[in-house]
Amino acid sequence: MTLLFSSVNFHAIFFEIMLTEFGKVFVFILTAALFVIIALVVAKFIRPARPTREKLTTYECGENPEGSPWVKFNIRFYVVALIFLIFDVEVVLLIPWALVYKNFGFIGYLVGAIFLILLGLGMAYEWRKGDLEWVRPKIKEPVITKSPPPKQEKENLTLVN
Amino acid sequence: MNLSDQHFTDDNIIITKVEDLFNWARLSSLWQVGFGLACCAIEMMATSASHYDFDRFGVIPRPSPRQSDVIIISGTVTLKMAIRIKRLYEQMPDPKYVISMGSCSNCGGPYWEHGYHVLNGVDRVIPVDVFVPGCPPRPEALLEGLLKLQEKIRNESFGDKNV
Repeated sequence: MTLLFSSVNFHAIFFEIMLTEFGKVFVFILTAALFVIIALVVAKFIRPARPTREKLTTYECGENPEGSPWVKFNIRFYVVALIFLIFDVEVVLLIPWALVYKNFGFIGYLVGAIFLILLGLGMAYEWRKGDLEWVRPKIKEPVITKSPPPKQEKENLTLVN
Repeated sequence: MNLSDQHFTDDNIIITKVEDLFNWARLSSLWQVGFGLACCAIEMMATSASHYDFDRFGVIPRPSPRQSDVIIISGTVTLKMAIRIKRLYEQMPDPKYVISMGSCSNCGGPYWEHGYHVLNGVDRVIPVDVFVPGCPPRPEALLEGLLKLQEKIRNESFGDKNV
């Protein structure tokens, strides 16, 4: 009976502490973290750990690991990845907007439109710079078509002096 | 009202030994190395597919030996491949199990005499738990082999193998 009573009391205290909705989220995150930590710690204790030289070598489908993995990649992969990321995030942000923008009337529409216009400008810039094309066009060396300006005559200069 | 005075009539409460619990956990999620060698691999893939559904025994093909518990040697083990198989086996975390599938990996199969390039039995390089006969074995045979392996794990003790 005392046990039951104390548990009820504990409940009351528990809900008094949990005032905010963010607090619940925090407890949720804490529980998630604890789950992972407990699982890792328990696994650490109960699993057999028998490292050998062969087991610790890099896995390359059974082949001998060759060379260093720190190889240089073409910098253009970075640009492509960045462009992909931008549009990826765009989709993530636009889907919730597309579901609710009608509730906010014209302003809701405008916010999305501004966002899209900004991204469109970025896209146009990338396109113009040629970052969307993997095979870059050969750079044309500028050819001067105009003839050089005519030399000023020395006689004129002397006259001014 | 101590714990030892309780009579567990409830079906949801199970009392077991730690050893049995570990063995049960190990045999219920035998993840295999996603690894096929020859025609037996086609049967292995068929076993993994929906019709035979390897997944119902907890067998999922993994892309890396680091995440695997069992390696199914499905096909002809050439001498060149034997070195790689040895390394793949070594790179699996303990406890690890091996199913030798089909005549080729059991004993060399049709290449046993004149196959200059074939290893006569994969058990010459790695310890095999279950041999599945057949050329190639039907998926049912592979399932039977897996059940045998599960039976073996169920009766394991920390003392004797614990690989």
